[in-house]
Amino acid sequence: MSRLIRLTKGYDIKIKGAPVGKLDSSFSAKTFSVKPVDFHGLSPIPKLFVSEQTEVKAGDPLFYDKSDERIHYCSPVSGEVVAIHRAEKRAIDEVVILADSDIRYRTWEPADPNTLTREAIIERMLESGAWLFLRQRPYNVVASPDEAPKAIFISGFDSSPLAPDMAMVMEGKEEAFQTGIRILSKLTSGKIHLSLSARQRPPKVFDTVQGVEIHWFDGPHPTGNVGVQIHHIDPVNKGEVVWHIHPEDVANLATLFTKGIYSPERTVAVAGPMVSKPHYVKTLQGACIEGLVSNNLISDHVRCISGNVLTGRTVASNGHLGFFDHLVTVIEEGDHAELLGWLFPSYARPTRSMAYWAYANEAPDGYAVTTSMHGEERAFVMSGQYEQVLPMDIYPVHLLKAIMARDFDLMEGLGIYEVTEEDFALCEFVCTSKIDVQEILREGLDYMRSQN
Amino acid sequence: MDPLKPIRNSVGKKLWKQVEELEPSFKKDGMLHSLHSTFDAFKTFLFVPPTVTSKGAHIRDAIDLKRTMFLVIIAMIPALLHGIFNVGHLHYVANGMYPHFFDGFGPKLVYGLIHVLPIVIVSYVVGLGIEFAFAQFRGHPVNEGFLVSGMLIPLVMPPDIPLWMVALATAFSVIIVKEAFGGTGMNILNVALTARVFIFFAYPTYISGDQVWIAGLPESPDAFSGATVLGVWAKQGYDAMSHVGFSTVSQQVGYTPMDMFLGFIPGSIGETSKLAILLGAVFLIWTGIGSWRIMLSVFVGAFLMGLILNAAALGFDLSNPHLAVPAYYHLLAGGLAFGAVFMATDPVTATQTTTGKYIYGLLVGMISILIRVLNPAYPEGVMLAILFMNVFAPLIDHMVIQSNIKRRLARG
Repeated sequence: MSRLIRLTKGYDIKIKGAPVGKLDSSFSAKTFSVKPVDFHGLSPIPKLFVSEQTEVKAGDPLFYDKSDERIHYCSPVSGEVVAIHRAEKRAIDEVVILADSDIRYRTWEPADPNTLTREAIIERMLESGAWLFLRQRPYNVVASPDEAPKAIFISGFDSSPLAPDMAMVMEGKEEAFQTGIRILSKLTSGKIHLSLSARQRPPKVFDTVQGVEIHWFDGPHPTGNVGVQIHHIDPVNKGEVVWHIHPEDVANLATLFTKGIYSPERTVAVAGPMVSKPHYVKTLQGACIEGLVSNNLISDHVRCISGNVLTGRTVASNGHLGFFDHLVTVIEEGDHAELLGWLFPSYARPTRSMAYWAYANEAPDGYAVTTSMHGEERAFVMSGQYEQVLPMDIYPVHLLKAIMARDFDLMEGLGIYEVTEEDFALCEFVCTSKIDVQEILREGLDYMRSQN
Repeated sequence: MDPLKPIRNSVGKKLWKQVEELEPSFKKDGMLHSLHSTFDAFKTFLFVPPTVTSKGAHIRDAIDLKRTMFLVIIAMIPALLHGIFNVGHLHYVANGMYPHFFDGFGPKLVYGLIHVLPIVIVSYVVGLGIEFAFAQFRGHPVNEGFLVSGMLIPLVMPPDIPLWMVALATAFSVIIVKEAFGGTGMNILNVALTARVFIFFAYPTYISGDQVWIAGLPESPDAFSGATVLGVWAKQGYDAMSHVGFSTVSQQVGYTPMDMFLGFIPGSIGETSKLAILLGAVFLIWTGIGSWRIMLSVFVGAFLMGLILNAAALGFDLSNPHLAVPAYYHLLAGGLAFGAVFMATDPVTATQTTTGKYIYGLLVGMISILIRVLNPAYPEGVMLAILFMNVFAPLIDHMVIQSNIKRRLARG
């Protein structure tokens, strides 16, 4: 059984430099890293298993969270720990590993997941680092192994700007994906929901998959966000927990059992208006992006983003991919003053409103976006603006104000358990008053988590 | 990067250098530090600052508050231009000169400018002066909100209003209604309407009656009247409108619905031409800045209340001739259209939820007509209805939000 859910609210930001073409199979990164900052709720100073110069194998633990020692954060490759970058107050920024040319794996016994118990599956996932593939709503944090989720959600498409094509990401992973679904079905007594886009033909891998309930979605971004899909399929109520996982990680999960190794593959697109040749590569989680962007940029005054322009994190041009990211976006830094820019903007820029009508449709191949704020921060003035880009039965401005007031009951009542930063990212984009919506929402989520 | 790179013309480059040179004297230890908010306001007016995103979304929409407020002012320009011309037009017609529209176009325009521009200037100078001072005092940037209020205030004034009164009303409104509540975005009541209501209650003879709506009526007490459409309805019933309107040196001029639509009739400066207001409304809706939900529901509410009162007129003794005014006349009369398009839609003081906007608009429309028809003291009710609903807007939103919370609870 499948049904079509049509959403009209949202906005597709057309950006120049969409990823195209074939996979560049010659790419290989020299270093890889794991960054605690990618995992919400992980304390900033996790306990390290390794120090500089420690040799590790792929799947060996690098550090663990003091609040739950069972969850290991593991190395994606084998090699030598070459750097442990620290930020303020000794917080750990990233653990960098210089990769061997041939990866040596920590191995587990290959096993048929059907014969394993739920406990055995969880134990292996925790040991190997594969547990981190699972994220939990509410709060969008690493799933807790003690909870039983009411359902597991998989978004089969990415609607965010310049997102990699899911068909490219999942090519050749049909069998692994199916095995992964079987493993997931052991983790929940509820359903596994797979959402597909009605706007394009879904990748072959999803055609034949068994054991999932398929939902069709039609609409602009953020329709592809798993949070939006959960809201329309089976919303998270108070006290309930659901998990979600990326399709590629479903396949990676299968590898852990069929081959007995931890190999967090990432099909990564490099895209954006400042990229000379947007393309795809296959690599592993946390790869250094230097090989993707060096000699591939139009200008050197750019910002490299691991992830998309709405939710991604700024990384140096020799930095590393975020744990969950499948995209490196490069855009121009917009740090220039503009004479009467609010009146006569000097170049085309995306806008959800018709306030710059001249630019509303001027983007046959996308806008050359920059990091400019296009204005200054102000108090909340406009109304109805956030609602136009949030396809959920939630009042975003009132939720944000409840967060600012730290009104626990109101936050709960207005649905804070159902949302996370990426769902509100477009609200932040369209905001006339330039308010840092995602930051406020994260404060609210962390506050709720600390209170519950 | 050189922040000048995208500034291609030499004027812009020179200006930026000038601004950069001036900046240090407004910095913390500079001699002009006490004016830093003012400097900042002018600097950001001239140049969108080179700020880049540092957290959250890496790219942001082109729109900002300056652009938004600027577009609302654009939307008011048809009403302003019409108002300027109409002030001159009515003055000459009442004095027996240039009875036809195109006669004496130049003198009419000049006369209108002489009467209207000073009000605009006083409103902006007083209001922005106070805003700058408060921004300085609080260490905040200057918000753009008053750019719109400063234009709305003249448009809801009668042409002969004394300038000191405009200044006083503006100061009262900006200080008490806006800054005391925390500035732009925090006020409960509409700033421009409060300025008007201040004069309405403090100096009623300057903003009501039959004598104030035409600038420079011929000197001869009581012999001449410049009654508005609503004034005629209240005193003589709506059918008198066709022959009793305002008097000129030679005749009585009546009003037709078409006059009410085109707006060559007495009234506040910006409220008379429904055509000009309609142009503004179309622009606001098209740019997505004004809420069509509020505008539409104000008109629907007013029309419904008009119909209800018409039905009441059938059932009761017609001691109030106002009851029988056809419902659609109400939409064309007085300040309803201006209030619906420019005042009720103020996003800060209106309801913020979608459902709330419909309820708020309906009630604004209904209460406007209710006051207009049933209250003998005030021939116009729009101003009071909007201010009244401003106060209730948070309550309406609260109810809408509570229903969302209940829906969520019921689901669990």
